[in-house]
Amino acid sequence: MTDWLREVEPLTLKGQIAVPYTWWAGDTASRFFTALRDEGKILGTRCPECRKVFVPARRSCSRCFVEMDQWVELPPEGVVEAFTIVRYAHPIQPAEPPFAYVLVKLDGADVSFLHIVKKDLQDLGVGRRVRAVFKEKRDGHILDIDAFEPVGEH
Amino acid sequence: MGRRVAIVGTGQTYHKSHRPDVTSREMIREAVVAALADADLTIKDIDAVVIGNMDHFESINYVDTYSVEGSGAFMKPVMKVSTGGTTGSTVAIAAYYHVASGLFDRVLAVGFEKNSESDTTAAIITCSDPVWDRFSYSGAIPSLATEATAYMEKYGATQEDAAMVGERDRGHALNNPYAHLRRPLTVADIMASPMLAYPIKLGDICPRSDGACAVILAADGIAQKIASRPAWFKAVSVRHTYTWFGDSTDYNKGLVSLQRASREAYAQAGIKNPVEEIDVAELYLPYTWAGLKWIEDLGFCGPGEAARFVGDGNTHMGGKLPVNPSGGVLSTNCIGATALLRVAEAAIQIMGKGGKRQVPDVKTALATGFGGCFWSDVVILSAVRP
Repeated sequence: MTDWLREVEPLTLKGQIAVPYTWWAGDTASRFFTALRDEGKILGTRCPECRKVFVPARRSCSRCFVEMDQWVELPPEGVVEAFTIVRYAHPIQPAEPPFAYVLVKLDGADVSFLHIVKKDLQDLGVGRRVRAVFKEKRDGHILDIDAFEPVGEH
Repeated sequence: MGRRVAIVGTGQTYHKSHRPDVTSREMIREAVVAALADADLTIKDIDAVVIGNMDHFESINYVDTYSVEGSGAFMKPVMKVSTGGTTGSTVAIAAYYHVASGLFDRVLAVGFEKNSESDTTAAIITCSDPVWDRFSYSGAIPSLATEATAYMEKYGATQEDAAMVGERDRGHALNNPYAHLRRPLTVADIMASPMLAYPIKLGDICPRSDGACAVILAADGIAQKIASRPAWFKAVSVRHTYTWFGDSTDYNKGLVSLQRASREAYAQAGIKNPVEEIDVAELYLPYTWAGLKWIEDLGFCGPGEAARFVGDGNTHMGGKLPVNPSGGVLSTNCIGATALLRVAEAAIQIMGKGGKRQVPDVKTALATGFGGCFWSDVVILSAVRP
């Protein structure tokens, strides 16, 4: 570090580039989101080769590189595979702290579904059963599921 | 000296202004599946993947990982290459390096763009130096327009001269079922279109397209088993300038990076007279004026002679050296795929798979890429194993 930097404020230039984005959801994600919005259903797709059920639904299996056209309705309930409780606030987070990010293996799925838990955080644990709570007013978004919450006996 | 390498398969999407039915990676998969089918291979045959698009265009930074569902790169070596407008040709050349090095036998090159998902100009501004040129000389159209006015001043070329290039490329696109804009555009249409930045009018400039392209490269000994008529790499050349627009672009000297890249490529390929020795060219011409000035830089004709050279039909289908049988960039511009489409279309011509856009008996094909601060890639393919 050169000495002059102790004496002065280094000169900077400020810039901000506003790039608006509009991502097409596409056929597959649209079907997932409309089922979530209109029927409160969580849909996955099954790979015709490895038979794994992926959720959220996706068009092709990454591993087998084949189209997945078999749709599967998954129950809104599953088991916590992993989680963390967030204690700091940030604008990008979907909820005010404290809340938990959870990986939920929905019953019948082969991969974990990413979502949040907002209450009864003290009851959370790996292997704990949780259930999706749907918002009353839904507009076709992953947060149409308000959160998951622990169910049954601990 | 690297191994000999050939293109053994190509695939592309039906390019459109927007593809609401698919995400980027779903769109990529269409091109990859088509390329695998073209080469009669499966994804298991692919040893490595090189993929590219424009930075900031879809706001996806880790495109190599994001695209895996579409590219088929799951648990394979995959690298993202992003060099602005040249991305597609650089992806092809990086894939060529992979195979030529001897480390990989069959490599998949992928380029894509979903221009419909963002603001191209706002995203492209990031190619300019953030302290200097970004504030004073930004966006694709103004820098090209300045190049065009310098060319007009020097050689007396007219707006109608440039419009011939647009009429030609858009006419050629009618033969290409994959092209985005498949409506004829005449010199009169271009002259009547709204002025953007003198002398560039709406009809002079490329569209923004959604689309993807995939190309499969294979090593000598393997390529011949995959394809009956592989498209052999005869030369590749990359020449970049730097980001000071004021001194990297001496418009009076022409597009120096393309002059240098093409001379290097001609030397590698042993080409002394490009017009006589090249059978077809797929050129990255993002605006009509490039179809005049840059073919001079490529040595297709002398300085100031391009208007007559194009006007005489030399670059039309059936001419001495047909340019852009696909319709080129003026008809289809899914930017990260655009320069890879030039390479793919050149390979298609060598392989004899061009259908209505096929130039008869192509032995040598030239492809170019153009990007950012006036830099250039050149690829020469041959029907003859080098």
